[in-house]
Amino acid sequence: MSSMTISDHHPAAAAKVIQPAWVRAMHWANAVAIVVMITSGWQIYNASPLFKFSFSSSITLGGWLGGGLLWHFAAMWLLMVNGLLYLVTGLATGRFRRKLLPITPSGVIADTKAALTFKLSHGDLSKYNNVQKLLYAGIIVVGIVIVLSGLSIWKPVQLQYLTALFGGYDIARYVHFTCMALICAFLVVHVALALLVPKSLRAMIIGR
Amino acid sequence: MGRLRSLLIPGVDNKLLVKDAAKAMPDLARRRFIAGGASLGALTLLTGCNVTDSLSADNLLAQMSKFNDAVQAAIFNPYALAPTFPESAITKPFPFNAYYELDDAPTVNGKDWKLEVRGLVDNKKSWTLDELYKLPQVKQITRHICVEGWSAIGSWTGTPLRDFLKLVGADTRAKYCWFQCADTEGYNSPLDMETALHPQTQMTFKFADEILPRAYGFPMKIRVPTKLGFKNPKYVMSMEVTNDYKGGYWEDQGYNSFSGS
Repeated sequence: MSSMTISDHHPAAAAKVIQPAWVRAMHWANAVAIVVMITSGWQIYNASPLFKFSFSSSITLGGWLGGGLLWHFAAMWLLMVNGLLYLVTGLATGRFRRKLLPITPSGVIADTKAALTFKLSHGDLSKYNNVQKLLYAGIIVVGIVIVLSGLSIWKPVQLQYLTALFGGYDIARYVHFTCMALICAFLVVHVALALLVPKSLRAMIIGR
Repeated sequence: MGRLRSLLIPGVDNKLLVKDAAKAMPDLARRRFIAGGASLGALTLLTGCNVTDSLSADNLLAQMSKFNDAVQAAIFNPYALAPTFPESAITKPFPFNAYYELDDAPTVNGKDWKLEVRGLVDNKKSWTLDELYKLPQVKQITRHICVEGWSAIGSWTGTPLRDFLKLVGADTRAKYCWFQCADTEGYNSPLDMETALHPQTQMTFKFADEILPRAYGFPMKIRVPTKLGFKNPKYVMSMEVTNDYKGGYWEDQGYNSFSGS
């Protein structure tokens, strides 16, 4: 199969691996962890809602508060260990720097306009546009904050300085919830675009 | 147990449900049903309900919860004090919270009540309330954090549990202080010895400088600011120092046993 049929502009890029094996393995491990964390988190939220709504029991995991907590505190290890490995590997291999930087305001604006008018190129999946860079870098930051705020809710005595950093136990709960909402918003866009550009989904499964 | 809990219908008491189901049966079947261990599990078989969660997932979650017990015990710092607050930070009114309504909270007669002390202690004498009131007391204003997520700041006064353990000659190398309470359905809870010896773990006799009201556990509560609220026993009847893990009301249903803050 000729790479020329896939892309005229970047023949070399299309042939090479877009998503290395470690990225794919960690991506899907994270996908499982995050879905379990969010749905069990909704179950826990329902026990003492922060706002005037609860999550339907049809989309929560665990059946009751105790079950939700068991799932949440089991999946958190997958999320944390996998996430930590991802951060270390991403920094050590230079992938974050190569893929996610630089992000410029003018680039983000230009790429947002291009995306909204369907003029954004998806010719080379190995290169992220400015909007992608911003979202992927942003979601990494949100991921770090949701873990830290979660730890400060879980251990407000043993990790009391961390809890204090978030403004105390009660505020840490709102931070934790807000990060969850941001991740859900990201997921909607992320999954929709993966389905709109199926070869990006293929790259995350088989690498090319 | 977690699997069974997941079958509960909010607002329907499982014990009453089982009782009603037994009542609806013919006599012989009822006797067999009860003899065979009337439970919600048995009831689901009877009604043909499906137990959707797989056993293996339950086992995995239970193992992870035990792993989390070990992690929490390892990171528990016996010298780290729970943050304290000024009087002005106290939550008013402080919430009443239990698995029953306030009207159903135990009413303990303080004159007849005696704290029973059992297990690995030198002196197994029971203590009257007057005797306990004579022990040196300290006050703490700390945050009570419920397993449900909400929190409230309260003021508790009483005797540090570690002082009492020393007084009765408890074997502090034992693993647990196991508390039994007067709650309906028999609330009990194990407290790991390291936490029992924490300077802020307290036998509480007063709330907001007043004799502990019935709502908050009269005559005695164990205030543990390094644990979630459900591991702060109220209406305490007895304490047993033991090496055996004897389980607890909520722990047996699936709440993490250590549940440290």
